[in-house]
Amino acid sequence: MEFKELIVEKIRSAFNGALSGVNEYRGDLSLTVDSGKIAAICKFLKEDSELNFNMCEDVTAIDQATHTNRFTLVYHIYSLENKFRLRLKTNIEAEMTDTVTGIWQSANWYEREVFDMYGIKFHNHPDLRRIYMPEEFEYHPLRKEFPVLGIPGSIPLPKK
Amino acid sequence: MGIEAGLTSDGFLTTTIDTVIAWARKNSVWPMPMGISCCAIEMMSAVDPKYDMSRFGSEVMRFSPRQSDLMIVAGTVTYKMAKVVRKIYDQMPDPKWVIAMGACTSTGGMYRSYSVVQGIDQFLPVDVYAAGCPPRPENLINALMEIQNIISKTRARDYPDKPLVQFDLNKN
Repeated sequence: MEFKELIVEKIRSAFNGALSGVNEYRGDLSLTVDSGKIAAICKFLKEDSELNFNMCEDVTAIDQATHTNRFTLVYHIYSLENKFRLRLKTNIEAEMTDTVTGIWQSANWYEREVFDMYGIKFHNHPDLRRIYMPEEFEYHPLRKEFPVLGIPGSIPLPKK
Repeated sequence: MGIEAGLTSDGFLTTTIDTVIAWARKNSVWPMPMGISCCAIEMMSAVDPKYDMSRFGSEVMRFSPRQSDLMIVAGTVTYKMAKVVRKIYDQMPDPKWVIAMGACTSTGGMYRSYSVVQGIDQFLPVDVYAAGCPPRPENLINALMEIQNIISKTRARDYPDKPLVQFDLNKN
């Protein structure tokens, strides 16, 4: 059995119905999963002795600009042992999801970035503060409604 | 004519204190290199042996603001960095001048973005803008010569002793 098929098969059997889409494009495997199960699936992918996805390369989000399920979270994880990279996608209903910092420490800053840029909150995150913008900033710049040039006066400048 | 003719023929030259001070100042400008991004590379080229800014008396790049009188802001200034740039400018002793080097510093340049200040003249008094992305070393040297022109027209009484910043001890 090929490694890609093994991943899909294992998730199917361990999480009944949580895997809603499998997409492969030019050798990249993308799995769409249920938002409520994301933390459990990540934990499974890391701790399974055959899959062994021990590295979290990126956590980011997409603003779909829709009324329902507005944000999609994207996780890129890598298995050093199997030399395989996997993309996980999940549509979240509220602007809130579970953290994966407990599974991969590197997710800490990625999730802070997602919080800073999109305003998505992560349950049980150890240190959910802004990472780029000033702490007193009130907006989330990568949301679709945010103007490219920013909101005048939202970041104070020193006096001339 | 009159006393001038007598003095010059005897080997004297009459001038004003303002002129002498301005002449000394303009030929010994000590820049504070506020190198924030890629413009800083061209600023380094401007002091290398090929372009040699020391021909204009300005080779002493001081990384301490307290020893410099010209700030070369070379690079994209973000809103977060603006506070730092202003703080360093405030630490420079009077009299002091500012060159906004490059498109980003002067106008925000290609960064029409929420994070980049659209021109540092929003929070600093800029004397000379150097165009280019980045400006060639010749252009920076040209900006320096413009600064020297400005300095040569200054007078000592334009810079009276300012009172030190007064701290209200009861307030803090």
